[in-house]
Amino acid sequence: MPKRARTRHLNIPQRAIVLAVAAYLGLLLVLPLGAMGVRALAEGPGTLLASLAQREALEGLLLTLIVAAICVVFNGIFGIAGALVLTRHRFLGRRVLDALVDLPLAVSPVMTGLAFLLIFGRGGWLASSLDLLGLKVTFAVPGLILATLFVTFPFTLREVAYVLEELGTDEDQAATTLGASPWQTFWLVTLPNIRFGLGYGIVLTLARALGEFGAVLVVGGAISGRTQTATTFIYNALEERQEPAAYSMALVLALVSVALLVAIEWLKRRRGRE
Amino acid sequence: MGIRIEGLTKRFGDFLAVNNFSVRVEPGELVAFLGPSGSGKSTILRIVAGLDTADTGAVYFNGAPAGHLHPSARGVGFVFQHYALFRHMTVEENIAFGLRVQGAGRQRQAERVAELLGLMGLQGLGHRYPSQLSGGQRQRVALARALAPAPKVLLLDEPFGAVDAKVREELRHWLRKLHDEVHVTSIFVTHDQEEAFSVADKVMVIHQGRLEQSGTPDEILDHPKTEFVARFIGEANVYEATVQGREAWVGPLRIPVPGLPDGTRVSIVIRLYDLKFWRDDGGHATVVRMSTLGDRVKVEAEIDGAGRILSQFPRRSSLLQGIEPGCRIHIEVTLSRAYASEAAAEGPADLAPRLRAA
Repeated sequence: MPKRARTRHLNIPQRAIVLAVAAYLGLLLVLPLGAMGVRALAEGPGTLLASLAQREALEGLLLTLIVAAICVVFNGIFGIAGALVLTRHRFLGRRVLDALVDLPLAVSPVMTGLAFLLIFGRGGWLASSLDLLGLKVTFAVPGLILATLFVTFPFTLREVAYVLEELGTDEDQAATTLGASPWQTFWLVTLPNIRFGLGYGIVLTLARALGEFGAVLVVGGAISGRTQTATTFIYNALEERQEPAAYSMALVLALVSVALLVAIEWLKRRRGRE
Repeated sequence: MGIRIEGLTKRFGDFLAVNNFSVRVEPGELVAFLGPSGSGKSTILRIVAGLDTADTGAVYFNGAPAGHLHPSARGVGFVFQHYALFRHMTVEENIAFGLRVQGAGRQRQAERVAELLGLMGLQGLGHRYPSQLSGGQRQRVALARALAPAPKVLLLDEPFGAVDAKVREELRHWLRKLHDEVHVTSIFVTHDQEEAFSVADKVMVIHQGRLEQSGTPDEILDHPKTEFVARFIGEANVYEATVQGREAWVGPLRIPVPGLPDGTRVSIVIRLYDLKFWRDDGGHATVVRMSTLGDRVKVEAEIDGAGRILSQFPRRSSLLQGIEPGCRIHIEVTLSRAYASEAAAEGPADLAPRLRAA
């Protein structure tokens, strides 16, 4: 890591630039977060706790956590598998697949939601088969999970693929020549080697899943007590002019984000050191 | 365990990495695959280990085909150029890995680890991580790890390529000593001739995926079979010439070439130490440069009308008496070899000519 430049080495124009960037960051990042914190605590911590203790708020938070946990597990497993396939094998269509992985990053979550409505919604392509099975996807929890899975898919895969690429295959091959089965090689050598990349991917997945709004709003409809997540709870609370509730929940999400940010920094450093 | 490699061929796209390669390694032998980089020697080693597959040809272990065996079932110890130690495991855990995945008990693992730490001179380092070791120590751990499950064959891919010269010397010594103690059939790949000759019982020179020559270090040094071997092994002067009446001319130097028809284009290969010279104002060459390389001196001279000639002698050699840059000398070639330039497959014409100036 390059050494931080010292202030006394900066000339006047450089100082001006630094000041400008600092002001820009302050205006865009620190001020809104600070304002939210102040606003949430304006009526005292009692009000904050009371609005968070509402049934609706707790349900929303719980639903968000469940969805995020499912995303971490599924996208963790498929991310590792996908990363192994993409980095360790050469096959026809690999480049196409590689590009497709980033699709969720490029597509607006609202469009994702619309696409899921088109497939699973009333009159959608799979609607009749879902009806036969008695499954409800849109405006129900499965829809939220599917939409969030889609949105968070690239993170673990990309981070793990990056680490695998750096790692090469020597250690895996060494394990193989020592008599390890592919399964033993994976658990004893590959997985421990990618653990920080995997952790980083998981934290990014969590952050994205907790904050997802557009896709879950369109697919789930933010029905209180059924498909209302933490973010859609804030949206609904604002609509209903229950501002303290909105700000309290926002503050909770912001605090979680800060915690994740710290985790990300730590993991990035560990990953870099590997 | 004896290894037989038959008709191995491997392509990477358009590149023919291994070209109809066949050799036999006897049980307990220590063999070097020697060749320039890109000669296919590492690929052959990886095919023997099962890490790569051949397009055609087969590998036999003690006469039984090994092609269908998964690399984990071949009983092969492999040492990688860049160690490939498990970075999240301690030295002990690295060494015990093979026994662990093969289901050996903890007691057995611990005994074997202690034994190998002793054998490799790694006592006291068992709890370190690979990142806390020097290059030479890492390579010894890699060797210990490969030996722990008692492999039937030990394969080493440029094992000393990544350490500095002094440590390399030490590790060569280790490998030789180790082999004398353990006697496991071993093949190591190297591009360093000194390494191949100082460590191996038998050297196999590989070029463009083919076996050029196989033999003891002395056989290869004294009787190179092909022009490539003659040029590659030891530094040499090479001149192009045409045979005329059983001799060829390198400027004023007459080189006898018996057994080749007139008009044949030949490469004349002269080793740096297969010539002598003395100061002679009426000579046919001029000394251009003299450089001292430790205990030897390299003399570079310009032969009238035939280009440069290099020679190398011990620093105290009487041959160097009175020789200085700019002086005229008379050269006498004591040993040279001629190879027909076209693939006429003529054997090397080993010559001990007396060379006279024209």
